[in-house]
Amino acid sequence: MRRSVLHGGAPVLLCLLAAGCRQDMHDQPKYKPLAASTFFEDGRSARPLVPGTVARGHLKVDQHLYAGRMGNEPATTFPFAVTRAVLERGRERYNIFCAPCHGALGDGEGMVVKRGFRHPPSFHIDRLREAPVGHYFDVITNGFGAMASYASRIPTEDRWAIIAYVRALQLSQRATLADVPAEERKRLERLP
Amino acid sequence: MQIFHPSTNTIAKVSIYGAVFFVAGLLWTGNEIQRSSYVTGVGVARPQPVPFSHKHHVSGMGIDCRYCHTTVETAAFAGMPPTETCMSCHSQIWAESPMLEPVRASFRTDQSIQWTRVHDLPEFVYFDHSIHVNKGIGCDTCHGRVDQMPLMWNVKTLQMEWCLECHREPERFVRPREEVFNMNWRPPVDQLTLGRELVRKYQIRKLTDCSICHR
Ligand code: HEC
Ligand code: HEC
Ligand code: HEC
Ligand code: HEC
Ligand code: HEC
Ligand code: HEC
Repeated sequence: MRRSVLHGGAPVLLCLLAAGCRQDMHDQPKYKPLAASTFFEDGRSARPLVPGTVARGHLKVDQHLYAGRMGNEPATTFPFAVTRAVLERGRERYNIFCAPCHGALGDGEGMVVKRGFRHPPSFHIDRLREAPVGHYFDVITNGFGAMASYASRIPTEDRWAIIAYVRALQLSQRATLADVPAEERKRLERLP
Repeated sequence: MQIFHPSTNTIAKVSIYGAVFFVAGLLWTGNEIQRSSYVTGVGVARPQPVPFSHKHHVSGMGIDCRYCHTTVETAAFAGMPPTETCMSCHSQIWAESPMLEPVRASFRTDQSIQWTRVHDLPEFVYFDHSIHVNKGIGCDTCHGRVDQMPLMWNVKTLQMEWCLECHREPERFVRPREEVFNMNWRPPVDQLTLGRELVRKYQIRKLTDCSICHR
């Protein structure tokens, strides 16, 4: 009798033991991104950077690219050539990050504004049409009045791509038939 | 002298057959429990410190996933919005709402909001969002209609058989890259034709080696 309890019981016990290990492998003593920590006082495993730290390859000396400034003035030109790919990227990023408030056309009639957010100015007013690209870069990077900074969410190159797309939007709203190439004009005229 | 009545023969036979069914039944029950929502959490909405609604924000206002989950295209981790992201709108919208007090408190005190995890793979499994998103697997293939969820739940078990179902036959699930974030995309009737073409175009491999996920 004793024997058989041992024979029956031992495998069951071993299985239970192994099941215990299984849970250990599920929850290993390592941090997944943003997991809570009991070690650090603020409970975060993701540590903030020590102020003044510069990661390798991230020394941002190019004032034009990283600050949108040329000397002491806001930059008036793009730090890299604006190609079709840059514009496409800009459109995509604009629709993600700006359109909720500024609207797909840049007229400031976005969905969030309709729900009560402060009304941003249209990009098609003269002041903003004439503002240098460096001003836009500054607004995205540092925020402006009620608008928060988007620097942590939009990488530098993407910010410039968005600005290029805003410029395209501005052109589009004042375009006349004369701006359209001849072969495309025919197609437009045929539209109802 | 006869100890057992002849009828016990039948009982013995039945119990032998019965044992087979009994064991099969046990295995079946185990299997069902393992796949039930009690174990996998499928369809069970989790309570959150702030009742954040994807339904409101995504389908109600048309905000793109990437406005909040910023690293989903570039990293393994999809990214969770820091409190500043919520405050970029809620500094003005519902700025007095008691429902949003934890968000404002977090902004004031610099303490993180502690969301309850919904999708949580065991830590011996490696998963990477960027490759899936860039090879044309849509968010809703794995997360379901997030834009209809007032609170987040998971629609898939996240078990190994589920990962493998797709890794063996990716052509059944891929979609054009432009449609990855589109919650309304539905597979065409001839998904397999489209799928095979995309598998060739995006050079999708059939990754079923154990070391792909257990590394
Ligand atoms: C949450 C809503 C919101 C989002 C998203 C948003 N903005 Fe704004 N933006 C505003 C508001 C509100 C103002 C007006 C601020 C004020 O006058 O206090 C503004 C102002 C501006 C201005 C005008 C600054 C001036 O000189 O008057 C520019 C340029 C601008 N935003 C660009 C952008 C770009 C580019 C993006 C996308 C990266 C963006 N905004 C995203 C709300 C938003
Ligand atoms: C306004 C910001 C915002 C937007 C836009 C947004 N999310 Fe979320 N998402 C959150 C927050 C906050 C959480 C954590 C709370 C929760 O789980 O509901 C979350 C959680 C999730 C989770 C569950 C994470 C876990 O714990 O496992 C998934 C999956 C998810 N989001 C997918 C999406 C998808 C897909 C989209 C686009 C259709 C999207 N989200 C758009 C803010 C956002
Ligand atoms: C792009 C702007 C925007 C962002 C970013 C945003 N919200 Fe909202 N949120 C809104 C708007 C607008 C409403 C009001 C919706 C309505 O009136 O239909 C709202 C409503 C809410 C509500 C109340 C919902 C209800 O049913 O009344 C909660 C809670 C909330 N948001 C939480 C959050 C959290 C948490 C975050 C950060 C992860 C966040 N929001 C980010 C715009 C935003
Ligand atoms: C191939 C399936 C798959 C696809 C496609 C997918 N996810 Fe996930 N997602 C997962 C799994 C699995 C997890 C759990 C990861 C873990 O526990 O480590 C997860 C977790 C998350 C989380 C929680 C944070 C994290 O990374 O752990 C968010 C947020 C999220 N997904 C958003 C998205 C968005 C937005 C998309 C679309 C761009 C998307 N996911 C596409 C499978 C997928
Ligand atoms: C709906 C389809 C689908 C599902 C579900 C899915 N995957 Fe994938 N997975 C893919 C595709 C497509 C690739 C890309 C194959 C390639 O690179 O050719 C991939 C690639 C991967 C890679 C390779 C990443 C690298 O850097 O090499 C890993 C790891 C992975 N998946 C893990 C998982 C895990 C873990 C799960 C389940 C939680 C899962 N996947 C579920 C479609 C899927
Ligand atoms: C596509 C990704 C993927 C591949 C490939 C894969 N696995 Fe897994 N495996 C998983 C996931 C996800 C889980 C976690 C399942 C769960 O949480 O229930 C898992 C769990 C496991 C477990 C633990 C079961 C448990 O719950 O304790 C074992 C053992 C395992 N896998 C073995 C293998 C072997 C052997 C191979 C190669 C033949 C393999 N896996 C290939 C994704 C994968």
